[in-house]
Amino acid sequence: MATTLTPVLSSFWDDPKSWTMKTYRDNDGYCALRTALGMAPAAIIDAVKASGLRGRGGAGFPTGMKWGFLPAPDGGPRYLVVNADESEPGTCKDTPLMLAAPHILIEGVAITCYAIGAERAFIYLRGEELHVYRRLLQAVAEARAAGYLGTDVLGSGRTIEVVVHAGAGAYICGEETALLDSLEGRRGQPRLKPPFPAVAGLYSRPTVVNNVETIASVPSIIANGAEWFSGMGTGKSTGYGLFSLSGHVKRPGQYEAPLGITLRELLDMCGGIREGHELKFWTPGGSSTPIFTAEHVDTPLDFESVGAAGSMLGTRALQIFDETTSVVRAVLRWTEFYAHESCGKCTPCREGTYWLTQVLRRVEAGHGTAEDIDVLLDTCDNILGRSFCALGDGATSPITSAIQYFREEFEAGMHTPAWELFPYHRSAIVPVGELVGASR
Amino acid sequence: MTLTTGASASGLSATQPNPQDLVKVTIDGIDISVPKGTLVIRAAEQLGIAIPRFCDHPLLEPAGACRQCLVEIATPDREGNLKKMPKPQASCTITVSPGMVINTQQTSPVADKAQQGVMELLLMNHPLDCPICDKGGECPLQNQAMSNGRGESRFVDTKRTFAKPIKISTQVLLDRERCILCQRCTRFSAEIAGDPFIDLQERGAGQQIGVFSPEILGIADGRGHGSGDGTGHGNGHAHGAEHAPGAAADDPGGIDALAAASAIGVSQGPAELDESGQPFSSYFSGNTIQICPVGALTGAAYRFRARPFDLVSSPSVCEHCASGCSIRADHRRGTVLRRMAGEDSVVNEEWNCDKGRWAFQYAQLPDRLRTPMVRDAATGELVEASWLEAVAVAAAGLRDAAEAGLRAGVLVGGRVSVEDAYAYSKFARIALRTNDIDFRARPHAAEEEAFLAHAVAGRGLTVTYADLEAAPAVVLAGFEAEEESPIVFLRLHKAATRRTPTAVFSIAPFASHGLVKLNGSLLTCVPGDEPRLLASLAATSGGQGLDEGREALRLPGAVLLVGERLAGVPGALSAALSLAQATGARLAWVPRRAGERGAVEAGALPGLLPGARPVADAAARVDIAAAWGVDHVPSFAGRDTSGIIAAAAAGAALVVGGVDPDDLPDPALAHAALAASSFVVSLEIRDSAVHQYADVVLPVATVTEKAGAFLDWEGRLRPFEAALATDALSDHAVLDEIARELGVDIGAADTAALRAELAALGEWDGQRIDPPQVAANSPATRGDGVVLATWHQLLDAGRGQDGEPYLAGTAHRPVARLSAPTAAAHGLAATGHVMVTGRTGAITLPVVVTDMPDGVVWLPTNSRGSAVRAGLGSAAGDLVSLSAAGPDAALVAAGTTAASTGSAGSTTPGGHA
Repeated sequence: MATTLTPVLSSFWDDPKSWTMKTYRDNDGYCALRTALGMAPAAIIDAVKASGLRGRGGAGFPTGMKWGFLPAPDGGPRYLVVNADESEPGTCKDTPLMLAAPHILIEGVAITCYAIGAERAFIYLRGEELHVYRRLLQAVAEARAAGYLGTDVLGSGRTIEVVVHAGAGAYICGEETALLDSLEGRRGQPRLKPPFPAVAGLYSRPTVVNNVETIASVPSIIANGAEWFSGMGTGKSTGYGLFSLSGHVKRPGQYEAPLGITLRELLDMCGGIREGHELKFWTPGGSSTPIFTAEHVDTPLDFESVGAAGSMLGTRALQIFDETTSVVRAVLRWTEFYAHESCGKCTPCREGTYWLTQVLRRVEAGHGTAEDIDVLLDTCDNILGRSFCALGDGATSPITSAIQYFREEFEAGMHTPAWELFPYHRSAIVPVGELVGASR
Repeated sequence: MTLTTGASASGLSATQPNPQDLVKVTIDGIDISVPKGTLVIRAAEQLGIAIPRFCDHPLLEPAGACRQCLVEIATPDREGNLKKMPKPQASCTITVSPGMVINTQQTSPVADKAQQGVMELLLMNHPLDCPICDKGGECPLQNQAMSNGRGESRFVDTKRTFAKPIKISTQVLLDRERCILCQRCTRFSAEIAGDPFIDLQERGAGQQIGVFSPEILGIADGRGHGSGDGTGHGNGHAHGAEHAPGAAADDPGGIDALAAASAIGVSQGPAELDESGQPFSSYFSGNTIQICPVGALTGAAYRFRARPFDLVSSPSVCEHCASGCSIRADHRRGTVLRRMAGEDSVVNEEWNCDKGRWAFQYAQLPDRLRTPMVRDAATGELVEASWLEAVAVAAAGLRDAAEAGLRAGVLVGGRVSVEDAYAYSKFARIALRTNDIDFRARPHAAEEEAFLAHAVAGRGLTVTYADLEAAPAVVLAGFEAEEESPIVFLRLHKAATRRTPTAVFSIAPFASHGLVKLNGSLLTCVPGDEPRLLASLAATSGGQGLDEGREALRLPGAVLLVGERLAGVPGALSAALSLAQATGARLAWVPRRAGERGAVEAGALPGLLPGARPVADAAARVDIAAAWGVDHVPSFAGRDTSGIIAAAAAGAALVVGGVDPDDLPDPALAHAALAASSFVVSLEIRDSAVHQYADVVLPVATVTEKAGAFLDWEGRLRPFEAALATDALSDHAVLDEIARELGVDIGAADTAALRAELAALGEWDGQRIDPPQVAANSPATRGDGVVLATWHQLLDAGRGQDGEPYLAGTAHRPVARLSAPTAAAHGLAATGHVMVTGRTGAITLPVVVTDMPDGVVWLPTNSRGSAVRAGLGSAAGDLVSLSAAGPDAALVAAGTTAASTGSAGSTTPGGHA
């Protein structure tokens, strides 16, 4: 049976004014909040646990279990922090979600705050996304005016306030403890754990940090029930998710489907690889996840299956590359991203990405040495599992996996520039004229 | 498994832990039991297993930044099966758990590979400039690269480079390309000193330590683009960095710095700047150099001066204040090249202040005395003389004066060792047969002597550093800890910033820089009003805003610290004693100078013999006479410093042991008295203002040249040996010679014998001097007058800091503080200058409007352009007048540059601060 799309979060994105309160209400918006306020908070947490919802930010930690880590209320504040610092190359799900339907997130925030006993939530948004920032501010204002937020949410007597905070442009602030430091006004660098945020998070108070899509999934679970949600997906990877296809495909975009869908099915939906070309390699979950090749097109895109195949589901950011693409060039671009975004706190990530970038630049230019592949692999080995947080780990994934599948392209880098082997203009999605291709 | 977050985990508790609090772990196959909460890296140390590390420091919170200390760890699961953690763990952040099995690089190939990998990455961007680096030879990176690194680098690409060096201050320089970003310095600054004067900026490979700099941050107006591009794009990156810090290093630029300061929300104007024009950094900045595990942070004074392996290191004790820091003097061929903080967990832990670290050039200046001098009767000039001749002339002069009824008084000064003070005490009583002896070269009173005799002398270790740390509350009365005893401040800061903080209160006219860092509460007090405020605290109610302090002082373990300033306020020390009695708070006196507590114990006071024995008590005199082997000691009441000066003005002779007349309460009178004195003997290390009047000048040894001991404010003996082998004599040896010439043996030739003799005197078991009960003065009618508040800054024009311009540049810029209404009432602009006129002169300084009582002006006591005693002739609590001063006056004040404060000469009197 072929998997079909399951539009939940994206069900009304095609509405001309999908982001407004009116549109959201027309699509049963905020009904789940009303339902939730009639439930005991513990019952909401139980429902989320029963749904099997796992974090949609990449790590896939069970959401209900995370909420359950909060210590018993002590009378002091506790916080919900929504991680909206979406910045990884290829990852593009939270941004369109917040742009097209910010009220889904706001409703999820309100329900979650009620469930975990938080009176204040923060949405930490990637700072570059000014338009999303405006949409969120507008949505919060609308929700507050309508009584879905504020000091007496829907007459329940509960206070739920939402602060939308724009970051200052650092990928590291997607790491939850760096995010908390940044939100507190400090330098965004990861904290030593423990204490974990559930115990001492924002302002040293118990804090739940969840991804945008995770929180946005909560209203649908409350509205339709945990069984409805767990009825989608496979095994321990229940529910639906946004799959973001980009690159050499005919119709790139967000495809909302149950977990466990395959790339073959998604390619069918998006019209396939661009005309006249064939799949060479792809990322299942963004640039931090080891790449896959054409042999993985039937791997079910759920946490377990992707893991078993040697990569990670991550953020379901499927970057698709056809046979015109130099894997060395792609890997270098990703590595430059990590070198640029390494926060600098720990040695392996800070120095390692600096080194890897330089080696890869030489390999791209055809000036590689016989030792370079070993140096790349060994340096990755010295970063992976040695750095302070997962940023460094992620930086090694594209390199080690690319050498695993396309070693010969790196070997060719000892004598031939990548732009000769794979003229860059051929892989351009938008034709760029001869000049650019000739110069590189 | 648990990771540590508390300070308790960083060090081992001083007390023996209960067996049930011990955790058994296995490291490299060896079992060891360590207290719960111990970090793995510390547990390994106990077994002698050295895990390489950089960011780890036992007195700092764990960071886990450098990743050099990775080890493999396995812990038992619920069923007791050992489960290896998937990744190597940083042993500096993880605490032991029962049954934990740790494999270090000694036994784990994974840990060894991880450590080698981190080391290679650290060295990749590190310059190979060890041969010209100050750290070479004592460098943890160099050493551990040899022990835990590979011989050759595989890195063949472009190293990250920076312009070098950045001036963090005039004293602290930063070579960024050597930095391995371990964050020891930034953590020290924030956690220990409370002065976050440096921090990380930029990110990735472009991450660097620095002070706030619009250039480096790339936010300067139309100037440069900074080095914001953190990708480490080889040359492009280095190019960006070259311009920015270059400007910062060449010209710290007061205006830019002020703009920078205001950009980060600081509005204290010149009070936020140091003497070089940069934002004030810290009194403790030198510690960052000492704990830097590479050669990134260096001190300007020592940079490129020596190789560590050419230095001889001698343990010593700091002479600059009563904190009692253990230090290490590093010297080469008879010259001290640098001083480091020594380790002493009960006193200074591993820290010291910048004054203790860098103010040692005074002993090596050209005006250092090496040869005795006597005044030539024919020419009236001091001429060099042999020791034999000088001692003979001194003895003869003192004998003649005594025979003429002009018996000499002895001014000891506050910087002498315990043994020297004891020798002065014996010399006065046996050789000169007088009780005219006083160590107090500062405002003093009979009330203070009674206070010292009653509450301080012979009391031993009543309040210690550990007591401060454990105290629920500490009240500072007339005592600015950061300025007057910086290590007391550090310990208070440690106590005030922990999870259950010590509450600090300060009785002062305004909240100082130090008090703010202690999260302290100000008990606002106009100088002179201290007795009334102390009495209000002792009472069960009354006084505005005193309830919190009142309750805090009554908590078990609360401490009341009084400083030297209270001596100048009639009734204040009496009230402090009453307050301690009323509340049960423990009381400690924290003098400013290193020798004062020892001088109290040695009996260098007119009414007090050694060991807290009152002169007025016949039994005490018999006691001392017996111990000294003399018939009797003088019984008549002695004169204090002011009395001795008054007597000298009438012709009495003087023996002066390192006292600057301008430190005395009335410098004009002191100069007149020295001139009028029939015979003046001076024991000094350098040329001094006394010498224009002296008949005999006898050179004595500095702390590094002699053995001895100080008693710190706690009453703890801080013994030291001579670091340098010289022929310089300690004061006591010189006094012994003079006494011999006078035909008396005072037994003061040998340091160790003196110390043993003083110790053998034992405690006085007789009646103590009664506590003083001096009434407070009634509040003065101010009229148009303004009350003067003043105290010393740690770094100022004191002569002990002479010859060290790099240090002088880091001092607080002298300012006059007053309230906005006071400024308005006297027509002063908030950013202008004020002329403060006292009894004998005036001082002009920039105005800093401060939240403080109206009708009060504060001046630093002895800073550049602000010599309150000599220049103003006024003391704290006196009335002065204010007037606006034009920019011309300001220019005069700023004319003396920071670099020349050390030898400011007659306009800037120095003290043995």
